[in-house]
Amino acid sequence: MLQCHAKSCPQGQSYPLAIRNAELEQLDAEFNADFVTRLMPKLDWAVLRKTAFELGVAELPAEIPTEPTQADLQLIHKVALETRIKEADMVCNGCGHVYPIKDGVPNMLLQDHEI
Amino acid sequence: MSHPTPSLSHFKRSDYQHIYEPAEDTFLFLDALEKEQGFLTDLNPTVCLEIGSGSGCVSTFLATLIGGSGTLFLTTDINPRANAATLSTAHHNHIPLDALRCDLLPSLRHTIDILLFNPPYVVTPSSEVGTHSIVASWAGGIDGREVIDRVLPLVDGALSKRSVFYMVVVNENRPEEIAERMRMCGFGMEVVLGRRAGNEGLKILKFARQA
Repeated sequence: MLQCHAKSCPQGQSYPLAIRNAELEQLDAEFNADFVTRLMPKLDWAVLRKTAFELGVAELPAEIPTEPTQADLQLIHKVALETRIKEADMVCNGCGHVYPIKDGVPNMLLQDHEI
Repeated sequence: MSHPTPSLSHFKRSDYQHIYEPAEDTFLFLDALEKEQGFLTDLNPTVCLEIGSGSGCVSTFLATLIGGSGTLFLTTDINPRANAATLSTAHHNHIPLDALRCDLLPSLRHTIDILLFNPPYVVTPSSEVGTHSIVASWAGGIDGREVIDRVLPLVDGALSKRSVFYMVVVNENRPEEIAERMRMCGFGMEVVLGRRAGNEGLKILKFARQA
């Protein structure tokens, strides 16, 4: 989840993180309309939309759909549940710190000298 | 208890030099989750998160128990080999799951519906706490509470309105004191299961918001 990773940035002004040098992976996940509907209010829509657009995955509506159609849900499913960032650098806009994603695992730890 | 334990046949003996090998505490945790199956299914959780997932056995088990297609499973661990092991166990058992390398919890506000934590609960010198290796899977410092006590204040902010938090403890961790601290944050506690394993008095605690 793009959003969850970004939210873990510990710096005050550094959310969301900018994603650079991304290598994406398409997953095949079972579509579950009820699940996507429940997931929507837990997402940071603006960040999800911006990230999905910048990575060229999809163009989501500007506002979170209040009565999502099946097509909306399918699109959110694709963006949030079937797209995994395999490799990337997540860059903090506040301090420039780079959090790497390697083998699909974001590393949010700071080095000892940065704490 | 009949629900199958996740297959761990993809691990080699030597992998357990770097990640915690499922043991009595893990199996008691699985038994407790199975006992809670009806409650957990009724909760209809959207987001589950496990702190310190190690081999990935517990989250994978939970996903097979309540179904993997209607819930987002997130795991954290500070040990990079554990992140990889968790992903491989999920993959080996055909479960979709994400792993994050971080200290305890990412900063999610009122998002988590099921929080799982089998903490480093063993009483050790404080100096053994805070590594990034397999030692971090068990070294709990004074009263085995040093890592537990960093998690407790985060629970209220991380959990959603309808949510539950399960944690493994041993008697040395003073569960009644943990209950008191959580009561002050608005959570009630009950003991789901207890078992004596060697010299460990294990308990699985369940915390939920009080009405």
